[in-house]
Amino acid sequence: MIVIDTGNNIAALAAKMARPKVIAAYPITPQTKVVERIAEFVEKGELDTEYIHVESEHSAMTACIAASATGVRTFTATASHGLLLMHEMLHWAGLSRLPVVMVNVNRSIGPGWNIWSDLNDSLSQRDTGWIQFYASSNQEIFDNVIQAYKIAENEEIFLPAMVSYDGFILSHTSMPLDVPDQSKIDAFLPAFKPGWTLDVEHPITHGNIVSPKPYMDIRYSMEKAMKKAQKIIQEVGEEWGKKFGRPYGLVQEYRCDDADYVFVTMAALAAEAKVAVDNLRDKGEKAGLINLRTVRPFPYSQLKYDNMIVIDRDISPGLGGIIYHEMKKLNYTMYSFIAGIGGVDVSYKDIERMYQLAQDDKEGWYPLEVK
Amino acid sequence: MYSSIQKTEMSLIEICFHGRGGQGAVTAANLLAFAALKSGNNGVQAFPFFGAERRGAPVKAFARIDNKEVFLRSEITHPDIVVILDTGIMDIIDVTKGVKKKGIILLNTSRQPHDFSFPCQVATVDATSIALDNNILVGGTPVVNTSMVGALVSLLDNVNLASLEQAIHDRFKGKQAENNILAVRQANKEVMT
Repeated sequence: MIVIDTGNNIAALAAKMARPKVIAAYPITPQTKVVERIAEFVEKGELDTEYIHVESEHSAMTACIAASATGVRTFTATASHGLLLMHEMLHWAGLSRLPVVMVNVNRSIGPGWNIWSDLNDSLSQRDTGWIQFYASSNQEIFDNVIQAYKIAENEEIFLPAMVSYDGFILSHTSMPLDVPDQSKIDAFLPAFKPGWTLDVEHPITHGNIVSPKPYMDIRYSMEKAMKKAQKIIQEVGEEWGKKFGRPYGLVQEYRCDDADYVFVTMAALAAEAKVAVDNLRDKGEKAGLINLRTVRPFPYSQLKYDNMIVIDRDISPGLGGIIYHEMKKLNYTMYSFIAGIGGVDVSYKDIERMYQLAQDDKEGWYPLEVK
Repeated sequence: MYSSIQKTEMSLIEICFHGRGGQGAVTAANLLAFAALKSGNNGVQAFPFFGAERRGAPVKAFARIDNKEVFLRSEITHPDIVVILDTGIMDIIDVTKGVKKKGIILLNTSRQPHDFSFPCQVATVDATSIALDNNILVGGTPVVNTSMVGALVSLLDNVNLASLEQAIHDRFKGKQAENNILAVRQANKEVMT
């Protein structure tokens, strides 16, 4: 069914349709409408879940971890500083190999106090062992949340997964999307089969002291799972495509085949870049685009073009654009633009301008310092 | 009589709503987007100005309508149509900024279009009176957003009144829906161009 709604309401709807048994959330700023909407579903009796109001985001993640360890599907949502407060427990969820699924609304980190889009909140969690998806439309928010459960809960993976989308630009924007029937979602996403559970009838301890060698084994196994996730994300994305007509992979390529220069970006910027690519093509420029759907696992195998123009709405101070530097081990010519930090508007005209600048061998902070 | 904006192959229409917090500018944009979708436009968007609004403060909302999926995520800087819910806003904001030459400014006023000199087309509708006529009040104050969208739809070839009525039924219940539908029909007829 075609519906029209905001990114936040769509994220809540997707979470509801995945039928989580426990949802824990801190309902105060910087929280989003997502958990408010879920509270409405629970109150109306449309969602059978244990909804726990906790006293902080750290506790929200702890509650999800504990609930997941009892073998049930869990969900939470957060944004910016809320995600940062979870940081310790994000590692815990990853190392426990518990497939908690969360949405994060990308918002700048203060000070200065800024509520606009910026990807530094989630990108600074990239070493916590979470699979990370990014959405560039409300349809992708919905599709990613459902697929995230199936991928995270795969017995060869068992890793938590985060679906991020831009604050305001998607979170508050109404767009149309196709929402499949609940029965079709249920068929795509069967009940969660946990890898291990806490059960009073069969007591075990978990997370106890571990000596160096087995600890290293745990880390190694996590890394193997993350690598394996590349294949599973691809397979699940293809299955989604067969069932619902919208196939997914690790990236979305657009007009790359004969491209001279290929933009690499993600989230809302990737949608805007599509308009820039079409305009450049109309002017005879061979432009292409890669939209990174996942950042963990990082889709190295999909980035195989020369002259990649990487646009980062994020920054690692002292290093540069995070995505650009993740890609630096690839042996291709690349140009780095830092743009849209703190929610600065980036239009297709700006992206077309970056294309021209890259051709002149220029890069940098757009438009502050380009050389 | 100004001609309506024509639906073409490249028919992206960008609309900016100016009002004050509490007047329902964001709801107006959302109602329009819903109606545009129901009228067969596959690409629609509605979004508030990305700020921290509060009751009484100037508020902006935006809508895009296209016959194919809209990939734009940037702000609207050159609107085709500007809708003014409260003409008092014009003392503090340049509502003509960026508006296209063939664009339209639609004002909530009892005055005539020729009373205004803007570098584009002008349409007017007395939405405040229409809201009062139809008893659309919140805390005693007339709420003009639905009437303004009713008038706006008459300026668009690609959004029909029946779809807007459907949007209102989806959003409001009972007597509130009935009153708003009467207001929308009245504004749709009474808009002056």
